[in-house]
Amino acid sequence: MYRQMIGIRLFEERVNDLYTRALMPGLAHLYIGEEAVAVGVCEALQADDYITSTHRGHGHCLAKGAAPHLMFAELLGKEAGYCKGKGGSMHIADPATGNLGANAIVGGGVALATGAAYASKTIGQHRVAVCFFGEGALGQGILYESMNLAQLWTLPVIYVCENNLYNEYTHYSETTAGDVQARAMAFGLAAETIDGQDVRAVHDAASRMVARARRGEGPGFLLANTYRFRGHHVGDISRDYYRPKQEEQRWMSERDPLTLYSEWLTSEGLADQATLDRIQSEVAAEMDSAVEFAQNAPFPDPKRVDEDIYA
Amino acid sequence: MPDTVATAQRPQASGTGVRELTFAEAIREGLAEEMRRDPTVVLLGEDVAEAGTPFKVVKGLVEQFGKDRVVDTPISEAGFTGLAVGAAMAGLRPVVDIMFGDFLTLVMDQVVNQAAKIHYMSGGKWKVPMVVRATMGATRRSAAQHSQSLHAWPSHVPGLKVVIPSTPYDAKGLIKAAIRDDNPVIVFEDKISYMKVKGPVPAEEYVIPLGVADIKREGRDISLVATSSMVQVALGAATMLEEIGVDAEVVDPRTTWPLDEKTLIESVRKTSRCIVIDEGYFRYGVTGEIASVIAEGAFYDLDGPVRRIGARHVPIPFSPPLEDATVPNERDVFEMARQMCNK
Repeated sequence: MYRQMIGIRLFEERVNDLYTRALMPGLAHLYIGEEAVAVGVCEALQADDYITSTHRGHGHCLAKGAAPHLMFAELLGKEAGYCKGKGGSMHIADPATGNLGANAIVGGGVALATGAAYASKTIGQHRVAVCFFGEGALGQGILYESMNLAQLWTLPVIYVCENNLYNEYTHYSETTAGDVQARAMAFGLAAETIDGQDVRAVHDAASRMVARARRGEGPGFLLANTYRFRGHHVGDISRDYYRPKQEEQRWMSERDPLTLYSEWLTSEGLADQATLDRIQSEVAAEMDSAVEFAQNAPFPDPKRVDEDIYA
Repeated sequence: MPDTVATAQRPQASGTGVRELTFAEAIREGLAEEMRRDPTVVLLGEDVAEAGTPFKVVKGLVEQFGKDRVVDTPISEAGFTGLAVGAAMAGLRPVVDIMFGDFLTLVMDQVVNQAAKIHYMSGGKWKVPMVVRATMGATRRSAAQHSQSLHAWPSHVPGLKVVIPSTPYDAKGLIKAAIRDDNPVIVFEDKISYMKVKGPVPAEEYVIPLGVADIKREGRDISLVATSSMVQVALGAATMLEEIGVDAEVVDPRTTWPLDEKTLIESVRKTSRCIVIDEGYFRYGVTGEIASVIAEGAFYDLDGPVRRIGARHVPIPFSPPLEDATVPNERDVFEMARQMCNK
């Protein structure tokens, strides 16, 4: 899990670098600070289980098994990318890893994951679907329609709400009434609130939920409290007007999921610092070569713009 | 108006075992055949099981296929339509029932931002083989939120296919093609036609490919391009026109996308005159698109501008004389055609 988490961190740092050097078209929404959620949950899944992801989706895709060089190629709009350059940062999708797609509509993946779980159950496949979404999606009605259906029909789907505290540029307390976990419990879902910075806690809770869903006992809801270390997107660099620098500093120095996990690994004697450093440099080299692959890959031929509209 | 309208005997429908079926019966038979053929086809919607929908279109299917395949949903159009999108990606062929086409407004994100785009956004990797059946059509005295014909909306969106049948024969053959298609297909069924329109449907299996128009009546003097309920209106107008010596051709595109531009253009190149008739709104609607296709393709053969008749541009009113004034009728078509033919 450490390798996965450091992979996401180093991937995202390179995305930011590509953006600031004007080497990447468009924008990207970085997952830095939230790595423990994607990794802890996906570690509890099988290869053929489904996920849906969000606009802030690089971490989910990587944790579910996406190859960094094909991700970077997609982010740069290259033919070799996961979606032949037609999707970009917010739409990475890959049937081979069960990734139904990242979605740029807030809450857009919720019904899709529920539907994949419905198909899995109907066909008798025992595949579980996980729907990642941010706390901003708590404002979307489709979430409640979907949870109602999932509980009514006992579907193997886990709704993972990543509460990073900010709906874009607005604190969630200004947008969200009542008790979030209670919203899921009102439909009868098994629900837990967890420390999203603690990958072990995330993994434990996700494993319980996934096992339960796979046994046919119905859907679950995980509320993971976390924090977006960076801006809403790579261009959101002046954030004083919606959150104080001290708050960011506190989370980064005290609640960094990578630091928390590496400290635990070393204190338990499961890994020494030299091993963790070696993993980090291996992953860094892999990410550098992935970026190089993507930069050298050709753009799609404009003639292909009309392909893939219809199957 | 007669209680039922018999549709013309189609050449294709002249095999052995031809029965007279209503529009609703033909759709039900098409659904049942596809459900027997493919165990991944499931029906989802409000009151589709024992009730068989308020229009009784799918009545009896739950008895044949069970509650796991004919599934009553909560009144959550966006929820169950979005669920169907995900289910289609993951191995099923869901057919979603939107009781009133007006409720498409509730599912537009799932249909337009999800279903229509997933194949393209994923570089062709994911497919969404699903059907959304929605109703259309006014004159049921159902007022503004249960009477609209919104088929122009999905026709505007790349990634969707839109089917708009007018006869029992077409409805059955097209719904079967829609279910077998690997793309999201929206099928618009006219509510009045369910019981009122009857026609021959062969017992043996057939499928009508999407994107092939049908000449419902051959003629030399003017092309009446009509969709859905307006095909019967155009045929009625053609009979009236015959009495004043005008030989009208009635062409039914059958799908608004893919659109069989070739057949439409060829008809007008032959007749030199054209009226496009559709029950949807006139402004930015299906008539506008079809008229422009014909104007571009048959420009040098046209005697005058392509004319259009569509729904009056108002929310559909309740009161019968008001509502009737919003929907094109045979007299409207007859009068416009008569003028164009200088009769």
